[in-house]
Amino acid sequence: MSDPKIEGYEFKPGYSGMAQDTASDQTMFKGVHWGKAMMWIFLLSDTFIFSCFLISYMKGRGSTTVEWPNPSEVFGLHVFGVDVPLLLIAIMTFVLITSSGTMALAVKYGYEKNRKMCGWLILATAIGGLTFVGMQAFEWSKLIHEGVRPWENPFGAPQFGSFFFMITGFHGTHVSIGVIFLFIYAYKTFAGHYDERKRGWFTSMKGDYVEIEILGLYWHFVDLVWVFIFAFFYLW
Amino acid sequence: MVETDKKEQTTTHKIGIYLWIWGLLFVLSFFSYMVDWYQFQGMLRWSLILIFMFLKAGLIMAFFMHLFWERYALVNVLLWPMTAIACFIFLMVAEFKYTLFTRLLYFFVGG
Repeated sequence: MSDPKIEGYEFKPGYSGMAQDTASDQTMFKGVHWGKAMMWIFLLSDTFIFSCFLISYMKGRGSTTVEWPNPSEVFGLHVFGVDVPLLLIAIMTFVLITSSGTMALAVKYGYEKNRKMCGWLILATAIGGLTFVGMQAFEWSKLIHEGVRPWENPFGAPQFGSFFFMITGFHGTHVSIGVIFLFIYAYKTFAGHYDERKRGWFTSMKGDYVEIEILGLYWHFVDLVWVFIFAFFYLW
Repeated sequence: MVETDKKEQTTTHKIGIYLWIWGLLFVLSFFSYMVDWYQFQGMLRWSLILIFMFLKAGLIMAFFMHLFWERYALVNVLLWPMTAIACFIFLMVAEFKYTLFTRLLYFFVGG
């Protein structure tokens, strides 16, 4: 989505373009807003953090001699007299994907300078994130009520609790921070800060709709991490 | 696929591509939930989980995070470090097998 126009510089596509961008003794990520490049670097480091969590979970689960709790029973819900496996987690997954989709559209409408549409979509994303955090709080309180602790649980291997609280807690923190920023950016969009190129609070950078894309990168990353947590922790 | 507004110099993509990816993500999530619903076991379960997971992750990164349209200089800087994670996974697989082996040996066999 970068705007490939720099005066006096010809952008080449593909690997020759990459060699040229990297070797030209100037900025490396040409045509990429610095905030976006920095957000990507941050997300890369965050990827390593979540990888370490999931790898330690793999190591803990693989090396225990006690049987691991069956996630589809532990996270099942009893609705209308029927036991549905993983129901809450499935709904949470769909909510997060929905909010990811609205965020992608918000970025598109932002670049098209469609202020109202962009603002409403960011607000929808924030509400989706809030719903997700709410359901996670419900899930946590349910499990704590059933006696799951970081050091013991009634279902099986005691490591289960510590990995569960650590991984989903860290992810939930990311979602919560994202929701706060989504509300702030929804306000800034509706107030027209990006149309008037108004400066932000801690920066001399003039407001630009690229900030919506940067926020979007963070939000999609949160969804991306959930894809891996859903696969490894809940389904495996 | 790319519409360029000459005056504003912004590049956006048609809404259809986002809706398609969105729909695909829903379908793939539904499929991965079905893996648990029908209680597939063994290699079938693990391979299906991994296939749906990587497809979803790839779609999100390529289209929602726009990596498909980014310069290769950025894409390569972001994706090559993932090989370090792959190496780490292999190291820790060896580690947990060894830990399990020693635990079984000392807890049950009695060294």
